[in-house]
Amino acid sequence: MIRLTDQPFDPGAALNRFSAGRLGDGAVASFLGIARGAADQAVALELEAYPGFTERQIAAFIETAIRRFALTDAEVIHRFGAIAPGEPIVLVLTAAPRRREAFLACDYLMDYLKSRAPLWKREHGPAGPRWVEPTARDFMDLERWAAPAG
Amino acid sequence: MVRVLLFGRLRDLAAWRERAFDPDPPRLSALKALIAAEDPRLAAELDAPSVRAAVNRELALTDCDLAPGAEVAFLPPMSGG
Repeated sequence: MIRLTDQPFDPGAALNRFSAGRLGDGAVASFLGIARGAADQAVALELEAYPGFTERQIAAFIETAIRRFALTDAEVIHRFGAIAPGEPIVLVLTAAPRRREAFLACDYLMDYLKSRAPLWKREHGPAGPRWVEPTARDFMDLERWAAPAG
Repeated sequence: MVRVLLFGRLRDLAAWRERAFDPDPPRLSALKALIAAEDPRLAAELDAPSVRAAVNRELALTDCDLAPGAEVAFLPPMSGG
């Protein structure tokens, strides 16, 4: 499941809800991305989405991850709009019978979100706002998944 | 009428987010030619290998036909997470 929201969300509540009642799953892994910034900044970054398309693309990554890592379930919550320093930007949750697949799928989904999800990030730094593009490292991270699974 | 959407730095460069082109350009390449005629700098950016196009919310890999009323989005490098 993918949820895009322009409001702050509670990652603890989301983790509890996702984990509840999973009698057959031994493992839930999570990744939380947080907006970096200084305490006196009102806005750390802005994220622009393409409503409808962004959810659909992320949903496709989630479906692929579920198949590739034989997950029981996976969920992504992603902010858009203006985000304050210290606020959660993204939460990835994965559930699997065993921990290895849950960890790997979290890593996989974050790599796809970083450089393949239709979101555009503008950071507000000391020199003013600037659009962020994926780094060489982000593309290398994504490239790792081109090799056969495992 | 073809509706064109720009995102990220393309929107800043063009100084618009959404525009309608009428009459309908029949192909993606024809739409780009219309844009090039009035804003060559934007058109050059749209042709960069890192910029993807989506037609009716499906990624378009190459030039393609545009149905009347199509929605075309130009997507600069994406950066979520």
